[in-house]
Amino acid sequence: MRTFGDVRALDGIDLTVERGQVVGLLGPNGAGKTTTVRILSTLLAPTSGRATVAGFDVVKQADEVRRSIGLTGQYAAIDEYLTGRENLRMFGGLYHLSPKYVKERSEELLDWFDLSDAADRPAKTYSGGMRRRLDLAASLVAQPSILFLDEPTTGLDPRSRLGLWDVINNLVAQGTTVLLTTQYLEEADQLAQDIVVIDHGRVIAHGTSEQLKDQIGGDRIEIHVTDSSRIDDAVRAVRSVSTGEPLVEDSRVSAPVTGGSTVLVNAIRALDADGIEVSDLVLRRPTLDDVFMSLTGHAAEDETTAAKPTKGRRGRGSK
Amino acid sequence: MATLTMGTPQMMRRPLLGWTIHDGLVVARRNLIQTVRIPEMLFFSLVQPVIFVLLFAYVFGGAIPIPGDAGADAYRNYLMPGIFGQTVAFAAAASTVGLAEDMHKGIIDRFRALPMSPPAVLVGRTLADAVRQILVLFVLSITGFIVGWRISNGLLPAIGAYALLLLFAYTVAWIGSWVGLHMPNPETANTAGLAWLFPLTFLSNAFVPISSMPTWLQAFAAYNPVSTVVLASRELFGNPTGIQPDYWPLQHASLYTLISCAVLIAIFATLAVRKYTRTTSR
Ligand SMILES: Nc1ncnc2c1ncn2[C@@H]1O[C@H](COP(=O)(O)OP(=O)(O)OP(=O)(O)O)[C@@H](O)[C@H]1O
Ligand SMILES: [Mg+2]
Repeated sequence: MRTFGDVRALDGIDLTVERGQVVGLLGPNGAGKTTTVRILSTLLAPTSGRATVAGFDVVKQADEVRRSIGLTGQYAAIDEYLTGRENLRMFGGLYHLSPKYVKERSEELLDWFDLSDAADRPAKTYSGGMRRRLDLAASLVAQPSILFLDEPTTGLDPRSRLGLWDVINNLVAQGTTVLLTTQYLEEADQLAQDIVVIDHGRVIAHGTSEQLKDQIGGDRIEIHVTDSSRIDDAVRAVRSVSTGEPLVEDSRVSAPVTGGSTVLVNAIRALDADGIEVSDLVLRRPTLDDVFMSLTGHAAEDETTAAKPTKGRRGRGSK
Repeated sequence: MATLTMGTPQMMRRPLLGWTIHDGLVVARRNLIQTVRIPEMLFFSLVQPVIFVLLFAYVFGGAIPIPGDAGADAYRNYLMPGIFGQTVAFAAAASTVGLAEDMHKGIIDRFRALPMSPPAVLVGRTLADAVRQILVLFVLSITGFIVGWRISNGLLPAIGAYALLLLFAYTVAWIGSWVGLHMPNPETANTAGLAWLFPLTFLSNAFVPISSMPTWLQAFAAYNPVSTVVLASRELFGNPTGIQPDYWPLQHASLYTLISCAVLIAIFATLAVRKYTRTTSR
């Protein structure tokens, strides 16, 4: 558990990550993601409870923990006035690696993160995406066996995001254990075998993405009919492909489905057979909003309630 | 995308003191690179003392008599070590603002999550801030020569004076670091964080002789290490010192400066390192 004055930022997170696994910590603003990462990376001591990383206690054996981890915080923390190369070499030196190793490793990382061309420019001149990449590269200088990534793709364009996913998958393939936080279910889905949903400093769901989606109710099909007088026919057509009762709202019909894109094809066939014209037809994946609506009954952006004072319980984070 | 092929790195083992020096030098190097990359900052830190030299030498110079020395250039020769002392005292400002900025940008958090020696960030900070003063003292000395300041006691004592000034710069850099670690943001550091430097430097003999001050102020000024480092420099450079009231620090300016620097470093380095290991920025 961790409190800041009256704010109970973490309130009983119990979490275990197997070696070589990727765990996604999913939650809205103020859920306690950053606080969890800061405790596990020795930057913050828990108010109560304990946590171990790589077998070492984050408070009593902080130095051993620091030797095993790499941390990429929520905001890029690189030196703006140093060049990309100088940044990597500085962090390498501070990890107490041999100068020869640091030199080679820096070049390798610059190359890997597509920063070779910009390597001799001060990081101040980098774009947001380049800074993020340099930030991640800096946490990989010592080839840590455990990596903490706090919202690594927030603020990246879709291409950079895919690039970063690629990097993370690659690291995992080489045996790195990763704890990443994200606000995007899709991201957790792509990267993590195990997803922990937290809210108000508490774990509210835990499982694989499949398990979570089942819990949420899976995909939904959504259609808009051109002629709202045909809405009843549309509902009948949708019911023939859905796994639950369709919902009607104006000219829109939505219903839970399973089976991915074949459902779309079946739906089009059913609608076409009845001669119903639709202006829009989509298969909507569950969003974080849906997760929160179904798990907590409040929307994901509802940040004000996150800061309410609480009292009483003890918590424990372990790894 | 290619996979990484290098073998697992070996972290080297050394005693803590060795790492503190090693990491301190890495951080100092980083801070000095910053100085080179933002030459404007260094330039503007020089503007103020250079203006002071010109202002005091030409505008106020004639109005401030130096007891015991009536020569035409007396005040200019008296003034320069005072400007040196005041300027190196402001080395603390760089430490305060620099640390506040590093905390604000999250760099300090990154350092704290590394297996580096915890005091090293502060060791590097203070070292770089003191080293930067070498250049500042050089530029100021040249300016002094132009307005008529002279070193008239030989080279070795002059080197001693510069060394004392740098030791003093290093000392205030530790105080400035400790202050900087308490600053909530760089803006506050830039204003409130520097406020203590003004009384410290002006309630000294930097610009006016202590004997011209009211008695209650004389005691404070006499024990103020700014006064003794300035007085010691005047003695070592062979510049006029004025007549000293009867206070022990003024009778033993170099010794008192060395002792007070050692004591202040011991106190503020301890406080700052303790604060550093407990500080969180975000
Ligand atoms: N230093 C602090 N002082 C006071 N309250 C804090 C502090 N740090 C975090 N909190 C509070 O703790 C709670 C959890 O914050 P945390 O930063 O861990 O959330 P998060 O899940 O990372 O959110 P985001 O998605 O916005 O990054 C919030 O209510 C926040 O206001
Ligand atoms: Mg966060």
